[in-house]
Amino acid sequence: MALKIVKGSIDRMFDKNLQDLVRGIRNHKEDEAKYISTCIDEIKQELKQDNIAVKSNAVCKLTYLQMLGYDVSWAAFNIVEVMSSSKFTYKRIGYLAASQCFHESTDVIMLTTNQIRKDLSSPNQYDTGVALTGLSCFVTPDLARDLANDIMTLMSHTKPYIRKKAVLIMYKVFLKYPESLRPAFPRMKEKLEDPDPGVQSAAVNVICELARRNPKNYLSLAPLFFKLMTSSTNNWVLIKIIKLFGALTPLEPLVGTAGSYCLSSVSVLISLSSGMPNHSASIQALCIVSRPLSVLSLFVVKYLGLLAMSKILKTHPKSVQSHKDLILQCLDDKDESIRLRALDLLYGMVSKKNLMEIVKKLMLHVDKAEGTTYRDELLTKIIDICSQSNYQYITNFEWYISILVELTRLEGTRHGHLIASQMLDVAIRVKAIRAFAVAQMATLLDNAHLLTGNTQHSGICEVLYAAAWICGEFSEHLEDPMATLEAMLRPKVATLPGHIQAVYVQNAAKLFSTVLCGQEGAPADSKVAQETSQLLIDRLPVFVQSDNLEVQERASCILQLVKYIQKLQQKDVEVAEEVTALFAGELNPVAPKAQKKVPVPEGLDLDAWINEPPSGSESEDEGRKTKGKAVFAREESRHTKPRYTEVDEKELAKRREVRKAEQANNPFYIKASPSSQKVYQEAVGVEHIPVVQIDLSVPLKVPGMPMSDQYVKLEEERRQKNKADRKKDKKKRREKGRQRRGDSGPESEEDITPAHMVDIVTEEMPENALPINSSLTSRCITDVCDIQGNLHDGSQVVVSVIFENKCDSFIKSMEFNVMDSLNSKLQRPEGAGPHDSLTVPFHLPPGISSEARFIFSVQSIVMPQKLKGTLTFIVKDSSTHEKLDFKLHFTCTSYLITTPCYSVLCPDLNLRLNCFDAYAKLLESGDLKGSSLKLEGINQPFHHLLARICFHHHFSVVERIDSCASMYSRSIQGHHVCLLVKTADQTVSIDAKCDEPGLLRNVLDEIKLTFSQC
Amino acid sequence: MMHFLLLFSRQGKLRLQKWFTPIPEREKKKIVRDMTTMVLGRKPRSCNFLHWKDLKIVYKKYASLYFCCGLDAEENELLALEVLHRYVELLDKYFGNVCELDIIFNFEKAYFILDEFLLGGEVQETSKQVVSRSIEASDMLQEAEIDNSDYDLELGWP
Repeated sequence: MALKIVKGSIDRMFDKNLQDLVRGIRNHKEDEAKYISTCIDEIKQELKQDNIAVKSNAVCKLTYLQMLGYDVSWAAFNIVEVMSSSKFTYKRIGYLAASQCFHESTDVIMLTTNQIRKDLSSPNQYDTGVALTGLSCFVTPDLARDLANDIMTLMSHTKPYIRKKAVLIMYKVFLKYPESLRPAFPRMKEKLEDPDPGVQSAAVNVICELARRNPKNYLSLAPLFFKLMTSSTNNWVLIKIIKLFGALTPLEPLVGTAGSYCLSSVSVLISLSSGMPNHSASIQALCIVSRPLSVLSLFVVKYLGLLAMSKILKTHPKSVQSHKDLILQCLDDKDESIRLRALDLLYGMVSKKNLMEIVKKLMLHVDKAEGTTYRDELLTKIIDICSQSNYQYITNFEWYISILVELTRLEGTRHGHLIASQMLDVAIRVKAIRAFAVAQMATLLDNAHLLTGNTQHSGICEVLYAAAWICGEFSEHLEDPMATLEAMLRPKVATLPGHIQAVYVQNAAKLFSTVLCGQEGAPADSKVAQETSQLLIDRLPVFVQSDNLEVQERASCILQLVKYIQKLQQKDVEVAEEVTALFAGELNPVAPKAQKKVPVPEGLDLDAWINEPPSGSESEDEGRKTKGKAVFAREESRHTKPRYTEVDEKELAKRREVRKAEQANNPFYIKASPSSQKVYQEAVGVEHIPVVQIDLSVPLKVPGMPMSDQYVKLEEERRQKNKADRKKDKKKRREKGRQRRGDSGPESEEDITPAHMVDIVTEEMPENALPINSSLTSRCITDVCDIQGNLHDGSQVVVSVIFENKCDSFIKSMEFNVMDSLNSKLQRPEGAGPHDSLTVPFHLPPGISSEARFIFSVQSIVMPQKLKGTLTFIVKDSSTHEKLDFKLHFTCTSYLITTPCYSVLCPDLNLRLNCFDAYAKLLESGDLKGSSLKLEGINQPFHHLLARICFHHHFSVVERIDSCASMYSRSIQGHHVCLLVKTADQTVSIDAKCDEPGLLRNVLDEIKLTFSQC
Repeated sequence: MMHFLLLFSRQGKLRLQKWFTPIPEREKKKIVRDMTTMVLGRKPRSCNFLHWKDLKIVYKKYASLYFCCGLDAEENELLALEVLHRYVELLDKYFGNVCELDIIFNFEKAYFILDEFLLGGEVQETSKQVVSRSIEASDMLQEAEIDNSDYDLELGWP
């Protein structure tokens, strides 16, 4: 025995330890793999020995090799052996190896349960610590279940070293074995107030993680965290808590202070003292506060600043817009991360005024950008920015078309189809632009070789699809249809993808009809018409031979048609009219929701079964039961029949699911999703078409195309002219404004008058139409609404809207929708999504007005607010969809409720005194903060003035003595607002007090506005 | 939560890897490969954050070593930078002016320090002193064991 030990130790003198291994690997750089395989052989030998020291050395080396990417899973059992050594030195190595190599599917993990339990209860805290650390890496659901109790006891261990580890690992246990959460939670909560800061921070970490997954359950802890936040000096913990509040606030508007932390959590480290966030300041604060962080570079701050801005943008777009230049500068940054962030920001920043400028900048970047991914990103952003909310910001569509045409010059972009769909969309919907668009598209078609030359597979040729269609459909605007027709029938077209060829062929026929129309008027020109037919007959056979089915079919059909026409032409028969009839009728845009508006015919129940379903899976049990007693089968089926008619919602939903699953599995069921176009694309096999590569040394610039820049200039000129015009208008307008002033209704924001109106239907524009605030709508009715910031509980405001039909058609299917803001939300019926619109419960015959009420829930009433909304409706005669944009202005006044103080009217003197006392006490209590206002040049009697305040701003008079009065009102959230109004020599001074200074300031501003308007 | 922490050299050689969530080997290799190419491909004066799948990647270069970690989308990037920095400070304190070679040759020590600092992807101890005290204590424990054992003398554990 002794000999064996001695022999073992001598052997070991020649063993490699870790350092030798590392050195060896570094010395064998050329044949590393070979060297390592010999090392692994040695390690295998070492693992066979009994000596635990040797084994642990071997395991240590294996851990290193594992990191280099070698498979060591074969040694899992040896690792367990080393883990179970009684010596800390080896145990430590064993657990380290386990934490690096084990994963959930390692089967030896099952063997470790008892060993780990033993280590957890070891008297040596470091044994326990090592076991906990290891466990955190490879805990499985089984281990979590078996050890949850042991770890829970460790959470109240005497040593903080163990406690903090136990607390942290509990999170992993919760994840793997969620049942443990309920019993362990009270103890976890206790740990938030542990005397040891390490344990405390560990508990905060765990609860933050938990709360992020399911914030609702942790709302009750908010006060505790609030306490921690104000008392803790540990920055690491503070950041975590701020993040936690960020997760909680969306659910519950906590105390104002906590709410402000939510915002500051965005800008990360804004310290606790920052108070109510001033947003542009918060970005500066971000820079200041992050200075103590030792490792920050300028770039980090830049990145985070942009990130913070994008969050702020959602709530306060104005404050970000002022940083536009800064953000545009960021586009020049070398760092792609920063550039992409800046792009995101731009999207939210555009307005009618700056759109052209921003897009121009972006176009410059497109030209400069290297790397197709970034360039593609730029392209999609440009299109996104321009097309957002129905082209709301575009004032000049000629400019937009030119931008799109310029974008086609991009080599190798993947987004050809995007550009194409934009071209189609604009050309179809903006009638005024068609002539221009057609001219542009004709040039594009004429220069098609430039687009397709290099980029056969890249998708930019998709734009030709749009170009061909637009030229064909609106061919009446073409200057020289003959030339375009010729361009479309060039032999090179046959190299384009199939679906594009198909469009070419079809639209060539449309052009043909236009040419005929133009020529046949004058009989002398019949020769030209015949030449055109000959051209088609010569060129079309190429397409008839196409390997694309669609192209082939269309081409041969049209070819035969043309041949027939040619015959007629030779007999001098006038055919133009008949040919045009082929393509008669205009295409009108249809709203995506139009199908919804088609009323379901009476007696049609879409949910009812057409054929009764075969008794499928759900009735299987029943079926089995009845099988036994087949005699009664008939009777039973009679019983089940009526069930189908009275199934409840749930049942129906379930069946629908089942049916969907069945359809998905059924290969013969034709699903809705794959578009036919895609099929063509795949079928063509473009690769097989011989392609002539053209190398272009000059940049792709389509000749004869107007550049978008000129529009920027034009726009500026136009704007200046408008300005001059507007000055003339001003007087008129002011008068109009006065009439409006009373109601805080829809406002028209006509800063910039669009150059082109985009409309959907131009006929049947009612006479009395009043344009409201959008370039994309035709309008039929006006609505005047009245916000009675009314009673009810603390967060509700009722808005009554009066709809008046001013046109002479019947209006129906009105839907009212408002874009919710963070603060105010339209209350929708249960089950409706957050963007669903509410149906207005009546129809409007011409000339009739009617009122509807909508309830909004409002969180903070301190600030006035504007909400954007839309009203959609159908005018009966045209049965098209119309849209009307409007704005709702929630003033702070509308949050005030007239609360009568009975001091004047009350017959009971005692009550009167009480009331007055209460008022006086309120003023003296010191809870209220003051503010004051001076109005000059008011020459109306004092009681008129008071009446005005009472009427417009919902105040009531508490007491009036001569030229001095005190007034009172309450907000829906219970803020007291007191006014002391004095007047002398046409000057009115108002001293006001309120427990919410922000609210007060806004109310006073509104009062001032009221009087400045009279 | 932090999902992983990687240390690699300018040549893309992995020096330390810590996975806080169980991930299959093949996936790990893919992540390591992606991280090294992504991070090493960055230009020198660019910001320290990247997005990769649904993770935030935060990295920082210290001398010749890149420290790189993957975080949940909700995590704070600055805090992660601080975590990396704190880890470097801890290594520095333990090894005394740490260099890449220290970590290569004593890679298990680097892991032990990390285990005292982070656990399960969360910061376990924010105090530098407490961390180094517990590392020292466990090293002492180890030495005591080795002193007591005649056999282990030549093994070369420091």
